[in-house]
Amino acid sequence: MFKQLPEDNIDKVEIVLNGQAIQVTKGISVAAAVLSQGQSYFRTTPVSDSKRAPFCMMGVCYDCLMVINGQANQRSCATYVENGMIIEVQQGVGPDLENNA
Amino acid sequence: MKSHYQLLIIGGGPAGLAAATTAAEQGVSCAVLDEQPMLGGQIYRSIESIPDQRAKKLGPEYLRGKKIAAAFRESSAEYYPNTKVWSLNKEREVGISQNDQASVITADQVIVASGAIERPVPFSGWTLPGVMQAGAGQILYKSAGIVPDNGVVLAGSGPLLLLLAWQYLHAGVEVKALLDVTPLGNHITALPKFPRALLAHHYLTKGIGYQIELKRAGIPMLFGVSDLRAEGDEQCQRVTFKHSGKQKTIESELLLTHFGVIPHIWLTQAAGCHHQWDDSQQCWRPKHDEWGNTDIDGIIVAGDGAGINGARSAEHAGRLAGFEVLFALGIISQKERDSKAAKDRKWMQDERHIRPFLEKYYQIPKKLLATADDETIVCRCEEVTAGEIRQAVKDGHDNSNQVKFFTRCGMGPCQGRQCTNAVAHIVADEKDMPVEEMGHFRGRPPVAPLTLEQLASLKNKEVL
Amino acid sequence: MNSDVIIIGGGLMGSSIALQLAMRGCSCSVIEKDSPGRHSSGVSAGGLRLLNRDPAEIPLSVEASKMWHDIESLLDSDCDARFPGQIRVAENKADMEKLEQRAALVRSLGYEHEEIIGKKELYQLVPAISPHCVGALINRTDGYARPYHALTAFRRKAESLGVKYYSSTEVYRVEKEGEDWQVKTSEGIFNSSILVNCAGAWANTFSTMLDEPDPLTPKALMLMVTERLPHFVDPVMGAASRKLSFKQMQNGSLIIGGALVAKLDFEKEKTDIDWAQLAESADTVVSFFPQLKDVRIVRAWAGIESFMPDNIPVISQSQTHSNAYHAFGFSAHGFQLSPVIGKVMSQLILDGSSELPIEPFHIGRFK
Repeated sequence: MFKQLPEDNIDKVEIVLNGQAIQVTKGISVAAAVLSQGQSYFRTTPVSDSKRAPFCMMGVCYDCLMVINGQANQRSCATYVENGMIIEVQQGVGPDLENNA
Repeated sequence: MKSHYQLLIIGGGPAGLAAATTAAEQGVSCAVLDEQPMLGGQIYRSIESIPDQRAKKLGPEYLRGKKIAAAFRESSAEYYPNTKVWSLNKEREVGISQNDQASVITADQVIVASGAIERPVPFSGWTLPGVMQAGAGQILYKSAGIVPDNGVVLAGSGPLLLLLAWQYLHAGVEVKALLDVTPLGNHITALPKFPRALLAHHYLTKGIGYQIELKRAGIPMLFGVSDLRAEGDEQCQRVTFKHSGKQKTIESELLLTHFGVIPHIWLTQAAGCHHQWDDSQQCWRPKHDEWGNTDIDGIIVAGDGAGINGARSAEHAGRLAGFEVLFALGIISQKERDSKAAKDRKWMQDERHIRPFLEKYYQIPKKLLATADDETIVCRCEEVTAGEIRQAVKDGHDNSNQVKFFTRCGMGPCQGRQCTNAVAHIVADEKDMPVEEMGHFRGRPPVAPLTLEQLASLKNKEVL
Repeated sequence: MNSDVIIIGGGLMGSSIALQLAMRGCSCSVIEKDSPGRHSSGVSAGGLRLLNRDPAEIPLSVEASKMWHDIESLLDSDCDARFPGQIRVAENKADMEKLEQRAALVRSLGYEHEEIIGKKELYQLVPAISPHCVGALINRTDGYARPYHALTAFRRKAESLGVKYYSSTEVYRVEKEGEDWQVKTSEGIFNSSILVNCAGAWANTFSTMLDEPDPLTPKALMLMVTERLPHFVDPVMGAASRKLSFKQMQNGSLIIGGALVAKLDFEKEKTDIDWAQLAESADTVVSFFPQLKDVRIVRAWAGIESFMPDNIPVISQSQTHSNAYHAFGFSAHGFQLSPVIGKVMSQLILDGSSELPIEPFHIGRFK
């Protein structure tokens, strides 16, 4: 759906998206990075398992939620890429919580 | 960061920055709290960091942001990015979070300059991946240099569509079509407002200029479009609509829509400010006077968060709010305030000449606001359809909040931002009553994400 | 507008009473100043709790619990009720002693529903809880439902039996016309032979009109709800010596309470969250369930509820007028009692006495 326009002097960082290490532009939002990689959906909804992707890109729709560094329900449009960041498509309410016992 | 300021400004867009610059000039201790990582708000997003080659393609209006940013940076006002504001109350206690820490700070005066959001208008298929708001396209372009790679269809009603089409044209993006859903009848109903609009003719000539360029580039522009739908198997694959009495389809994996903008009022709602329905702007806005004073002492609103008047007006409104704060703090007299503010008041009036015309011209028809198709999802978070909302009304839940309690509309993470307007319109339509009587979802804090750990961390702090 | 009974207040209690009276052939008018469920009934955390009730309430609560377990036959709706049990967790020996004393007290009153469980069973039931706990007090038949849905179900059933609801109708004055009642409202005059005061936080206005003012205090208690989470806990959670109160709802979100008080401007009906207090609640939850630390709160609210000084309600015939009755002051634990209140009040009104003991709830007890 989206591509990065070629521009001069772009620094990169490395992130892991759905298990794959990729290079993305430094300083952009996770949502922008994931869209530019051709990922078509970001999560499936808890209510009906439907696929969703970013809608507003400004933090007010909560459709761009992904699991980032193990935490579910992170707005990927409001989170910025960092070296080593681990990003996964979120299935429903996200991964099971750990037990403490 | 201090625990108390004379002035706290929430929002880093033109209104917030202008207000801060104005107040700081007179030595007021003030800070701008911005949820974004960089100043500029949405309209001037990434203004300080954008590479020149990208900035040039966005048009001259965008570059104005650089002046506003520079003036702010020169002032003594403090700037706190990545700072979410999750609550505000009448005691002017401001709940903030930065990284994983939350705290509550206070101010003598608070200016809420929270800007606008796209007017969310549900239509069939709007939740499919590949359907986004036009502002989303702008944000991707401004902040990351990211543009559609397989073409895009733009649809809706409002000047932003033309601007985005023009920006994409200059970025080499294939704009497959621009579908304008503005009812053709609006041309006629807006006519009486046209003469006043000529006083702000630069807006009109700019719009016409964009249209001519787009036409020359061969981009199909269709007017009076209706029954807009996005269709596809788990993602957008085509856009269908009616035009000139015919059913039409355009293959596209990306559809960007725009139906105007509305004030982002979640914080003023949670603070308990009184809000009113504006019939012309088709939105709820906080009740305020010329200076931005709400009905809560010490809480002032400025910019599009108070009412939609555009980026230029926001600057002037920010300055007026700044002067009002100086007066409220006893630093200048009322006479001094009035004299310092005279130019801004005049400029604001001039900018507003275009508004009645634009509002009438781009008025969204009720059929779109009160989602006609029963199968269409209205509450994106809880996946509640228009039909379910209508049924709830028939079952006796007869205002927005009762519908919310019964259907869970508005109880998801977005807190009703994407559905409260549509719900109010649907309920009003079912009951054949004015929208304002149906109510806005009762705003509840926290209005920005707040974790249990962050909340718990308030325990050990000196919360006033 | 004439009916046999006028009920002031369209919340759970008013609706439950209207339903039971209508089931016995009475015509009822329910007069509500806002919309049904606008206040206490709409902000309830939805707990169906028999555990840890004031001894005076136990007989009512036991009967209410039976009614909830078969609520569909009363209301034609299951109100999405679930019964995973409720526990009060002990963190140390002192807590366990406290809980054991409580269990003994309940047994001494002739009830068996509150049980002590040890560490092993606690961790079988709630594997997600922090490892420092030592045991708990449990009622296995407790649970939760959806309050607004329950209210809607009460109302629908009542309306199907002829009960009339008048929303956005404020009562100005209540007066006797001979033996009967004349109720003056913003929408006109209503007449009836029986009057029932279910006005929640506003009940004292009407008690006062009946010359029996009572020490009711309106208070706003804070609740918060989180985003939806993967299922990780079954029973409703409480603690022996800390203000822990939460449940994981049917849709996965957590509703967290804790009896913490918000700031309230009763005249303006405006509440303000006290974040420092709510921080306590959050801290307690995280100390029992550290894995919840990054869970986000979607909404915090405080609704206006009515409290009596002894924290048990008023369920009583009026002392000053034999054809007036009161049911209010449920002090933030009325939801579970709502079905039985209707029964008890309809018996009091139509038969002169109720099957279950209501002496402790008499309006005259405050003198």
